[in-house]
Amino acid sequence: MSLSAKDKETVKAFWAKVSGRAGDIGSDAVARMLTVYPQTKTYFSHWKDLSPGSAPVRKHGGIVVASITDAVNKIDDLAGSLLTLSELHAFTLRVDPANFKILAQNILVVLATMFPVDFTPEVHMALDKFLAALARALSEKYR
Amino acid sequence: MVKWTELERSTVKAIWEKIDIDEVGPQIWARVLIVYPWTERYFGSFGDLFTITAILKNDKVAAHGKVVLKALDKAVNNMDNMKRTYADLSQLHFQKLEVDPDSFRLLADCITITIACKLKSALSPQSQAIWQKFLYAVVDAMSSQYR
Repeated sequence: MSLSAKDKETVKAFWAKVSGRAGDIGSDAVARMLTVYPQTKTYFSHWKDLSPGSAPVRKHGGIVVASITDAVNKIDDLAGSLLTLSELHAFTLRVDPANFKILAQNILVVLATMFPVDFTPEVHMALDKFLAALARALSEKYR
Repeated sequence: MVKWTELERSTVKAIWEKIDIDEVGPQIWARVLIVYPWTERYFGSFGDLFTITAILKNDKVAAHGKVVLKALDKAVNNMDNMKRTYADLSQLHFQKLEVDPDSFRLLADCITITIACKLKSALSPQSQAIWQKFLYAVVDAMSSQYR
């Protein structure tokens, strides 16, 4: 299920439309991940406050979405551009890669709530494929 | 048996009340077929599903979406009894329709996303958590006769 030229175009066009609200997207996605899948909280026990809208949640959301924007801009070489991040997640953070899918699902839900008209089934499919490809690139260095 | 708090029951009902089956059913079904095209394998009799436009215009897709949401209504009204409520449907999907139960999970995700488009920020993180708990209980009940 690799990204076709059309998928890449769709992802780039949609992301250009929504990146003005990048901060909100990231923050809401992380908040939903922690609320809907409480097992993900186990990675953030060092945060003072895990509630939606809290400072650590907003900050982390910003970091995550900035990396996604970067990946969109380097969509032709996800494995290469995510090498360092993959090493970080594999060796330092040791996040179980199953969680990438969980965060991806919540990103899609956030995009649906914020951009219901633009988040057509076609865009949904391209984004779903892109986030899956991103997750694969992020898992690259695990073993 | 899944246990439901009063808050969970009222949240599920409140979300469901905002859903017009005739409007949202077709949207959900089109979304499943477009986002997860391998699910088309079960719908050989539906005619043209070859393009996104065809799927969006297909009357049988729209009709089936309404059928599925009407069945979901049963779950909303039988939250304490889902396995029994869906025993026959689960049996049908396993033995006769031969549907991979993983498809129920894909459908659940598309239902959540379509509802998210409709409710927007009214689908708070907490509501989403409750709604997904409900949907996964439905998926579980639909998978219960697969053995």
